Amino acid sequence: MRMNGKAGIAEPGPKPGIRDHSGQLALCMIAPAILYIAALIGFSFVMAILYSLSDVTTGDPTLRIVGFQNFGAILDNSVFRLALKNTFFFAFTSQILVILLSRIAATALMKEFRGKWLARFLIMLPWTAPISLGTIGWLWMYDSIFSPFDWVLRYAGLLGSPGALLGPMQNIYWLGVPGLAMASVIMVHVWRLLPLATVIQLAGLSSIPRDLLEAAEVDGASPWRRTLEITIPLTLPIISIAFLFGLVFTFTDMTVVYVMTRGGPVHSTQVLSTWTFFKGIEGGDLAQGAAISLFLFPVLAGIAILMLRMVRKSEVV
Amino acid sequence: MARARKILGRGGLYTVIGGFALFGAFPFYWMVIATFKRDHDLFNPVANPFIFNEPPTLDHLRLLLFDTHFVTYVLNTLWVGLAVVAITLAVAVPAAYSLARWARGWGETLGIGIFLTYLVPPTILFIPLSRFASALGLQESLWSLILIYPTFTIPFCTWLLMGFFKTIPKDIEEQAMIDGLSRLGAMFWVVLPLGISGLLTVVVFAFTLSMHEFIYALTFISVSAKKTVSIGVPTELVRGDVFQWGPLMAGALIASIPVAAVYTFFLDRFIAGFTMGAVK
Repeated sequence: MRMNGKAGIAEPGPKPGIRDHSGQLALCMIAPAILYIAALIGFSFVMAILYSLSDVTTGDPTLRIVGFQNFGAILDNSVFRLALKNTFFFAFTSQILVILLSRIAATALMKEFRGKWLARFLIMLPWTAPISLGTIGWLWMYDSIFSPFDWVLRYAGLLGSPGALLGPMQNIYWLGVPGLAMASVIMVHVWRLLPLATVIQLAGLSSIPRDLLEAAEVDGASPWRRTLEITIPLTLPIISIAFLFGLVFTFTDMTVVYVMTRGGPVHSTQVLSTWTFFKGIEGGDLAQGAAISLFLFPVLAGIAILMLRMVRKSEVV
Repeated sequence: MARARKILGRGGLYTVIGGFALFGAFPFYWMVIATFKRDHDLFNPVANPFIFNEPPTLDHLRLLLFDTHFVTYVLNTLWVGLAVVAITLAVAVPAAYSLARWARGWGETLGIGIFLTYLVPPTILFIPLSRFASALGLQESLWSLILIYPTFTIPFCTWLLMGFFKTIPKDIEEQAMIDGLSRLGAMFWVVLPLGISGLLTVVVFAFTLSMHEFIYALTFISVSAKKTVSIGVPTELVRGDVFQWGPLMAGALIASIPVAAVYTFFLDRFIAGFTMGAVK
């Protein structure tokens, strides 16, 4: 009997008579993938940590370790503190909206109706088209003079005339007023993540056994009770995973904010990812940039552990 | 009564679906309108912006195709995308096969490892990688993107392919091996042809993921002629502070719709592969 090396194969080996170095072959086949990832991601991650502890800049790339002073310096910066607050607000608000809306969309898409393929194509568009280009479309929709939203509001008499509900000026300036700019950016981010969340929720909804719902209906449970006592508990794991995935995604993506506002006006939409870019790449302060980018890493790691636990649990069921 | 309620329910359903479809698609409708509108019509704050008040024009498209680097961006994107697809297939196919056929103990560990790569996102990596690329002499080169994009396509595609390979019964390749093929031969001649839909899915996703990518491209490439579509259109079609909205929308539209159509076509397979990989 041949040992299968350290691959630890528990399944029955190949049928007798076949010469096959499974263990080594398995390792050889997977090694390129592991090496590729380890070399680029692993190496860069270690470098990011080293950078954050050093005083390296693009002008002076020698690596001198200076300890934790970068973290002190970024915390002293009021823009960083604002960006930190914005990041959490942006991520949580957009994800709560995404989960609520995607549940409604998924429930509707579970039903059969004419033109479903078209509806699905249109609903999925924001996710399937490159996001930087979709965001450009929104930028034009939020234009300070030619915004269609403003036109509709003016047309409805809510804007642009004396005594109008939203004021006498001709335009709203969606991206020009701090609070409003944040709301506008959140709207685009929700638009962009809604399709993915809808797909995930659809998977969750279709995994509920039909006979369970039918039995409840026969027993006279109202639609509300069926939702509260069957649908929500059974899809909670997958909803939580969608929520956490969305959080990580939002914490670590800068495309929407960068294209829409570059963090403005007066840093009111600045988030940590864009601030990392402006400090580390445009400002050339690699050390502080790395420190900013790593600041949320403990939070991400915590979320990841939560997610893994949930995946495990839902696999057991 | 019951019938009235049913009709009301249908109406409600179509309203909800219509609302979501409108929300998803409106920005693209807005791009179509801006692409074909005359400037005089486009920059008119009074007239109804949702329709053509003057006859449509091809001026913006002409400007986009002949007076900007847009065609170059498209070619750059194709080149990067195809190269990334090739690297991804070469690395992810054997890895996924290996995980699907042999992995028990370390399969799970690796699954977690793959998952952890999502935790170390581009926003953490782009600063060291930008130094790394310039140390290799790859700054301002599309090769830097070709080198780095597989870091996110390989984990994703390995995971997806693993699900596909698991659906192919082992007996088929064992039979082929009894008939005299080696393990690799069986994989190449028997398993891959059966998994062709999985391979095609991976090709589509590796390509679209690299086409969508924004942060690395923005960091590594600043020369206009080397940009990809996803950064070229938002950064280069703005002259100073002047947004050329017509050509800008035309560029966004042309680059979005074909990808979106292909992607949607493969969405079901994507979900199938995703859930199989997750459910085991």
